[in-house]
Amino acid sequence: MEFVLLIFLPILAALVVPLLFKRVKSIHTGWFVLLVPLSLFIFYIGFIATTMDGGYAVSELQWVPSLGISFVSYIDGLSLLFTLLITGIGALVVLYSIFYLDKDKEKLGNFYVYLLLFMTAMLGVVQSDNVITLYLFWELTSISSFLLIGYWHTRDRSRFGALKSMMITVFGGLMMLGGFVLLGIMGNSFSIRELIANGSTFVGHEFFVLALVLVLLGAFTKSAQFPFYVWLPDAMEAPTPVSAYLHSATMVKAGLYLVARFTPIFAVSEVWVWLVTGIGLLTLFWGSFFAVKQTDLKAILAFSTVSQLGLIMSLLGASAVAYHTNDAIFKFAAFAAIFHLINHATFKGSLFMIAGIVDHETGTRDIRKLGGLMSIMPISFTVAFIGSMSMAGLPPFNGFLSKEMFLESMLALRHFELFNFGTWGIIFPVVAWIASVFTFVYSFYFVFKTFIGKRKSEPLPNAPHEAPIGMLLSPVILATLVVGIFFIPNLIGKWLVKPAVLAVQPGLYNHPSEVDVHVAAWHGFDSPALWMTIAIVGVGAILYVTMKRWQKLYDIQPQYLSLNALYDSAMLFGESGMNRLSRFYMTGLIRTYLLYMFAFIAAITTAALFIKEAFIVDMASFSAVSVYGVLTAIILVIAVAMILLAKTRLSAIIALGAVGYSVALFFVIFKAPDLALTQLVIETISVALFLLAFQRLPKLNNHGETKPNKLMNLIISAGVGITVMLVAISAHSQKLIPSISQYYKDTVATEAGGGNIVNVILVDYRGFDTLFEIAVLSIAGIGVLAMIKLRLARKEDTDENK
Amino acid sequence: MKTNDVILQTTTKIVFFIIFLFSIHIFFAGHYTPGGGFVGGLLTTGAIVLLLLAFDLKTVQKALPFNFTIVTGIGLLLALGTAAGSIFFNVPFFTHAFDDFTLPLFGTTSLHTAMIFDAGVYLVVVGAAITMIQSIGGDA
Repeated sequence: MEFVLLIFLPILAALVVPLLFKRVKSIHTGWFVLLVPLSLFIFYIGFIATTMDGGYAVSELQWVPSLGISFVSYIDGLSLLFTLLITGIGALVVLYSIFYLDKDKEKLGNFYVYLLLFMTAMLGVVQSDNVITLYLFWELTSISSFLLIGYWHTRDRSRFGALKSMMITVFGGLMMLGGFVLLGIMGNSFSIRELIANGSTFVGHEFFVLALVLVLLGAFTKSAQFPFYVWLPDAMEAPTPVSAYLHSATMVKAGLYLVARFTPIFAVSEVWVWLVTGIGLLTLFWGSFFAVKQTDLKAILAFSTVSQLGLIMSLLGASAVAYHTNDAIFKFAAFAAIFHLINHATFKGSLFMIAGIVDHETGTRDIRKLGGLMSIMPISFTVAFIGSMSMAGLPPFNGFLSKEMFLESMLALRHFELFNFGTWGIIFPVVAWIASVFTFVYSFYFVFKTFIGKRKSEPLPNAPHEAPIGMLLSPVILATLVVGIFFIPNLIGKWLVKPAVLAVQPGLYNHPSEVDVHVAAWHGFDSPALWMTIAIVGVGAILYVTMKRWQKLYDIQPQYLSLNALYDSAMLFGESGMNRLSRFYMTGLIRTYLLYMFAFIAAITTAALFIKEAFIVDMASFSAVSVYGVLTAIILVIAVAMILLAKTRLSAIIALGAVGYSVALFFVIFKAPDLALTQLVIETISVALFLLAFQRLPKLNNHGETKPNKLMNLIISAGVGITVMLVAISAHSQKLIPSISQYYKDTVATEAGGGNIVNVILVDYRGFDTLFEIAVLSIAGIGVLAMIKLRLARKEDTDENK
Repeated sequence: MKTNDVILQTTTKIVFFIIFLFSIHIFFAGHYTPGGGFVGGLLTTGAIVLLLLAFDLKTVQKALPFNFTIVTGIGLLLALGTAAGSIFFNVPFFTHAFDDFTLPLFGTTSLHTAMIFDAGVYLVVVGAAITMIQSIGGDA
């Protein structure tokens, strides 16, 4: 079987979920959904054997081969790692959501459809080898996360957060598409593997830096890097299982995936190294600094996610340096990045779930109201403690290991000689160290302010109690992993991290065994990272204890100067400005719009005809005029005149019908039975529709038209008529290329197995046209339904209010 | 206003089926002679419109108890599914397949996946047109 089809398994399951939700009331829908990520996880684990030695597996489905677009599932170390995160954490999140979301109160049908949609999108992003399908899935993650974040769509904040995340990530996605197209032009291929193979020829190409920046914009917006991070805190309006999934394990990591995947192509550029490392570090610092300011549990975690993503980003930037110098430490940075990515998914996932549990069991997430929950919720406290300490980078938790690696890599950057690193390189370890101090502070802040200390005197919205065992299951499993990875890091290293490193830095190793990183908790007293960690703990502890005194620092920055406020006001200004602009030309009268359109058509087309000198009359090619033709034309003209002169609406409609039928007669005369048939039926039905709407129309009288108004109408209508005639005559008179009809005649039986060319064109040669046409038709139908039904509903509403 | 069009109503009952059968014929014949899903769908719409004119909206809704928005949806899914189905055979999107089959009663018949696509078109046309007419008519 083609395993690329597995990407679509969640989407297929999504078709069944609403049915299950409606029909099977007694069982929580989540239990059925759980099977999907679980079975995928088990299946994909089997690929470890393939990727462990740097191997890969490919499965391909053609989509539009003529444009080089196909669905490819390319599983190497990197995509396998992400796939396992998506399905593994996905399974845990679904398990958690079963207990978090009430099956009677919530619209679970919708929730799980969005979640499964998102799962397919993420699998597609990380497994696609084709950049165009990668982009497709990328935007699908934006859309499905929009739906997930706005799941409680009756809340204003949810809708606002959902829209914000979509605006920013879709903007980045579009930029990225531009970058992909430029890459496609440079490499003459949309396959990432081929692009990497030809990567060395891109340097110096005029598009190279532009493509690089565009791709990075996509990655930075998705991964919430500075200054695009503003959407992530607002995205916390989503239900907590979603936050745990999207913002710890999957969506925001898509940007990291992108950077890791394209490192082999772009790493040779100094712009890449500076941008990725610099923005990463800036984000790391910014996120960790502002995390301490937050008072909402989920907001603290959101800012900590922003900062951790920056950390991994800067490591990926450092790993690109390995392409310039053969220093082992920079190869090591890639290992550290991937390793921290796994660790972050485990501890942040569990922390999000704990934040959800606290919210669920106490009714608030405001850290100022919480405190002293340790004795009431001991298991939650233990999990939160493990997660936070791992986040702070303390032993014996996995975050400690990757944090040490991070500090070592940043220290190494200061010795790097290229690109002025010698002068500025010292900034990297300094910023990294300061950011780590704040990381330490917010980790303590998160866990201790919630669980330790005295209970506040004011009562919580709900009487706090320990969460049910099912809800605790997922975070406990993740916390176990946090501790487990610390003690056996090399197993994870061998199975997951090394293959991924091979994928990030192909060509740097002659043999897979050269990725020789042995993770150890103890490097001896001469390890500089150890001393940095000790200093972090020392300074961090002092800062934590004196937090109340220096927290006033945050008040210096006024609210309206923040990036968030900047975004909001830009949005607001854009909206009102556009409103004013559109109100200027949108008068609400159909007549005005038709005037614009017809005037535009006439002007542009005639101009084009004359500029291109395309107007030619070739009398010789005209065919003879038959008597029937003349007669029908006369009827047509009379009917049109009758419409204009009609005193009542009914006679106008009948005359219009006559116009339609005589056009149908033309089709009969010129031997187009298909068109004639369609025209006849359409005419009949549209007359019937007219009659239905008839009684609601206002009386037929002049619409207050003035003389100049009428003159304008006359000019435009005559202009359109003449233009169309000119186009028709010149189109007939000059034939640059032979007509395609001969091709259809020759191939209609052999290629399409049909006899009626018109119909075969509709369903086969130009099936895409038809597909979109019927889509438009459906939208029009739903539009009419919505307009009329909504108006009716509103009318009833106001009636009730009276 | 209650009208009593006995002649119209009686004729309609018969004519409806004639038009409907003709539309089915035209739909199936479409691949070789004039016709196809679009015209077929329009003809069926015409037949239903005739019913609507002869009887009233409620009676027709009772006689044809379909939710026409869902008919539109099924049609779209059918069309899209046919086009996308080709992917699963690892051929480009929208590749149609056809062959001759010997069926009981019909003898040798050529069957197309294009026919399924066309059926989708048929359903969308009927569904969308009737949705519009019903909602505009129901608004009165």
